[in-house]
Amino acid sequence: MYEHDVLVIGGGGAGLRAAIAAHEEGADVAIVTKLHPVRSHTGAAEGGINAALRDGDSWEDHAYDTMKGSDFLGDAPAIETFAKTAPEEVINLEHWGMPFSREDDGRVSQRPFGGLSFPRTTYAGAETGHHMLHTMYEQVVKRGIEVYDEWYVSRLAVTDHDDPEDRVCHGCVAYDIKSGEIAGFKATGGVILATGGLGQAFDHTTNAVANTGDGPAMAYRAGVPVEDMEMIQFHPTTLPSTGVLISEGVRGEGGILYNDEGERLMFEYGYANNEGELASRDVVARAELTEVNEGRGIDDEYVHLDMRHLGEERILDRLENILHLAEDFEGVDGLEEPMPVKPGQHYAMGGLEVDENSETCINGLYAAGECACVSMHGANRLGGNALPELLVFGARAGYHAGGRDLGEAKIPTGPSAKSEDGHVDTPVSPGAVDAGDGDVAADGALVEPQEVIQHHVEAEERRVTELLEKDDGVNHAEVRADVQETMTDNVNVFRNEENLKEAVEDLRVARERYQDVYVRDPSRTYNTDLIHTIETRNIIDVAEAITLGALAREEFRGAHWREQHQERKDDEWIKHTMVSWNDGRPDLYYKPVVLEGEDKTYEPKERSY
Amino acid sequence: MSTGIQESETEADTEEQDTAAEESAAQRQRMETKRQRAAERDLQEKAEEELDDSENAVELKVFRYDPEVEGKEEPRFDTFHVPFFKGMTVLDALIYARDHFDSSLTFRHSCRQAICGSDALFINGRQRLGCKTQMVDLDWPVRIEPLPHQDVVKDLVVDMEHFYDQMESVEPYFDPEETPKKSDLEEQRQDRENREKIKMSTRCIWCGACMSSCNIAAGDNEYLGPAAINKAYRFAMDEREGENMKQHRLNIIEQEHGVWRCQTQFSCTEVCPKDIPLTEHIQELKREAVKNNLKFW
Ligand SMILES: Cc1cc2nc3c(=O)[nH]c(=O)nc-3n(C[C@H](O)[C@H](O)[C@H](O)COP(=O)(O)OP(=O)(O)OC[C@H]3O[C@@H](n4cnc5c(N)ncnc54)[C@H](O)[C@@H]3O)c2cc1C
Ligand code: SF4
Ligand code: FES
Repeated sequence: MYEHDVLVIGGGGAGLRAAIAAHEEGADVAIVTKLHPVRSHTGAAEGGINAALRDGDSWEDHAYDTMKGSDFLGDAPAIETFAKTAPEEVINLEHWGMPFSREDDGRVSQRPFGGLSFPRTTYAGAETGHHMLHTMYEQVVKRGIEVYDEWYVSRLAVTDHDDPEDRVCHGCVAYDIKSGEIAGFKATGGVILATGGLGQAFDHTTNAVANTGDGPAMAYRAGVPVEDMEMIQFHPTTLPSTGVLISEGVRGEGGILYNDEGERLMFEYGYANNEGELASRDVVARAELTEVNEGRGIDDEYVHLDMRHLGEERILDRLENILHLAEDFEGVDGLEEPMPVKPGQHYAMGGLEVDENSETCINGLYAAGECACVSMHGANRLGGNALPELLVFGARAGYHAGGRDLGEAKIPTGPSAKSEDGHVDTPVSPGAVDAGDGDVAADGALVEPQEVIQHHVEAEERRVTELLEKDDGVNHAEVRADVQETMTDNVNVFRNEENLKEAVEDLRVARERYQDVYVRDPSRTYNTDLIHTIETRNIIDVAEAITLGALAREEFRGAHWREQHQERKDDEWIKHTMVSWNDGRPDLYYKPVVLEGEDKTYEPKERSY
Repeated sequence: MSTGIQESETEADTEEQDTAAEESAAQRQRMETKRQRAAERDLQEKAEEELDDSENAVELKVFRYDPEVEGKEEPRFDTFHVPFFKGMTVLDALIYARDHFDSSLTFRHSCRQAICGSDALFINGRQRLGCKTQMVDLDWPVRIEPLPHQDVVKDLVVDMEHFYDQMESVEPYFDPEETPKKSDLEEQRQDRENREKIKMSTRCIWCGACMSSCNIAAGDNEYLGPAAINKAYRFAMDEREGENMKQHRLNIIEQEHGVWRCQTQFSCTEVCPKDIPLTEHIQELKREAVKNNLKFW
């Protein structure tokens, strides 16, 4: 068994920042991560990091923009903590050597971004995330923080009290991908989940192949409620064959969207008569899909984004990296032909319920970054707000687990925060097919840390052995593909009751098929077949929570659109959808949104720009 | 049709140019490659139209090895026939083969967009990123092997430890003599020129392609290798760190297995998927080191 004060699961932006913070507090901290840290998907972020740094700007304005962007589903204490701390975190990065783009006077540059009332987005060329990730990894190396890289965490070692709020997390179980060793990891100070996005629940996403929602799924099964899972951001311009993101920059410079008939769809069909291609992400994504659904898509799949009229010179000057992306990943020359684009899953606003100290309701368990929902993005994330979130709440998780007093949190967590029961009619019952080797055996017997970890290690060994020993069965890839397909068909930018129910049914079928999965590769050495098979179960669990949240929320707010419910219903729906896992059954309930900030209460207004 | 040859010629010409020029050379070379590709694609498309669907498949020959599995302890090549589509990358083809034919086929990958550095492979005899290599740019059948000069763990997965050790041996972290107080929210100033100067060097994604292509590294296991030296360059040239630190960094790369091992063969520069002018950076460090030594004589 490995032992540390603080364990950080995940080596992306959130995990690295958390580890450095815990180290600053003097804790013995280790990072356990399935990818080497520099391979994390934080590296893919291009646009930038928002922070109110300059005269004329203020954290209050940044907070207000974020609240408005969230369509009033964000919690004020999280948003205010975020906006206040982002500036020092960005300066911190600069002090660690991050190669930010600069002004003539040598200061860090800032540029305008959608939904912001001030140009407050700092950036490092078109590779902001790459530089942020590498800069922080360098600091981890400098501090000699231990990294268990290519160790896959498959389970949290949590006690089995009835009430999740009584449970304690003592560590986790991880699998050394290279050697096949299964080992317990004990943490005396805290376990911080920083496992990133869940885009692989959809078949078309800007997320990496490794973004399988492991953290949310593991912690959900251990008793942490997931919050606002239905809030998924779709990006309107991704390349059809890979999901690689083509940034807003192309439309910002004057790029035009055409359908199969060569019509300028945004105007021709009145999707956005004023702003056209520059309308917000969700509007453009829905416009594109409508075209495809009505038979005006190209190859029944995508539309064209054309920038040829901008001229070679301008394109090379401002959009050169787009040319490379289209060429390398789609085989298309943007100077000669229009680029095919379609909407793709991009970001999960929802995730594991945490408070502004990044704590979940389980003692000793934290979550930060995209896997968490501190609820600052609410129903819609503003571009450039995720990277500073990793810094602010990653750091808070690390400081708190390392022993720093951050004060009492104002955001309530756990089942005791429930304000209202929820209910949805589903055609089949969701949840585990067989709660058998449940992730929490709720008889209250497991208390001693050592015992708890041992229990979970053994359960994991059984599961792995069983998967490896089966000679025949279903390949997980088929199940995964089915899940991704139904999610994209039914829980996409357009949602209606019928389709959502169909998804619930399909997910049930996927769960049943998953009972028969087997791992064809018998090897203990670098068995990715095994890892992917375990991930697929996580994908099913998060996909189901997303679908249940989407079915419950009968309104149109931010990224969540419902066919029969075309307006934002503030009287009824300024509340978070929560799903918790009760002995294998998803339980739906609601908790209020906290609109009271430190000095003011945020009044819901229309989100128009 | 190898773009590799093209690139090597263009890059070799840039040896004596400054960073800005290098970048535009890289850019020019990319545009040239693009034009070439466009022409090839037309041919390719014509060829494809003539094929009927059953024949529209690409043949992959993939290196297989697993120390624990019967029949795989001896390295061998497996053949897969994968249906081709426009825009297909080598990584797409591998994923297809794995998900449809043999789920034990093992390779690293994650981002699919040339930023995580996981899938540097030896494709048709050259180091390339699987996700960034279009099938139409290759001669078919396509032969895929793990990176040479590294221990193979299984199939296409190599042991990266040695590469990481070399990267970490150059003190790859920003370490200025002093920084402004954090609470003042003051950044260190850096002029645009200096940022430009280090820009290309900061693009490294730790893929290991350069190290694998380098003859010197193959013969001298302790040689720092192009990526680690480039990392040292990134800090040595960053004026925010100060002169003393620069001295220290030059001492690191001047060691026995440092810059002087490089014989300017350009193989690293040719294969780098991020177009980093590695050889030029190594040469520049050599010059800096000489200057530095003269100063202290
Ligand atoms: C293409 C793209 C562009 C973006 N651009 C921007 C932008 O410009 N500005 C902005 O603010 N945001 C942007 N975002 C969003 C932002 O980049 C992400 O939300 C953020 O980087 C996620 O960081 P993370 O640390 O939470 O997760 P990641 O960086 O994904 O890291 C997750 C880590 O967890 C590890 N892990 C996962 N599962 C396990 C497991 N089971 N066991 C062990 N380890 C595990 C992985 O190895 C990895 O190290 C963008 C996102 C994408 C996809
Ligand atoms: S220098 Fe280039 S080839 Fe070498 S590791 Fe970095 S990105 Fe890869
Ligand atoms: S998959 Fe990330 S670099 Fe190719």
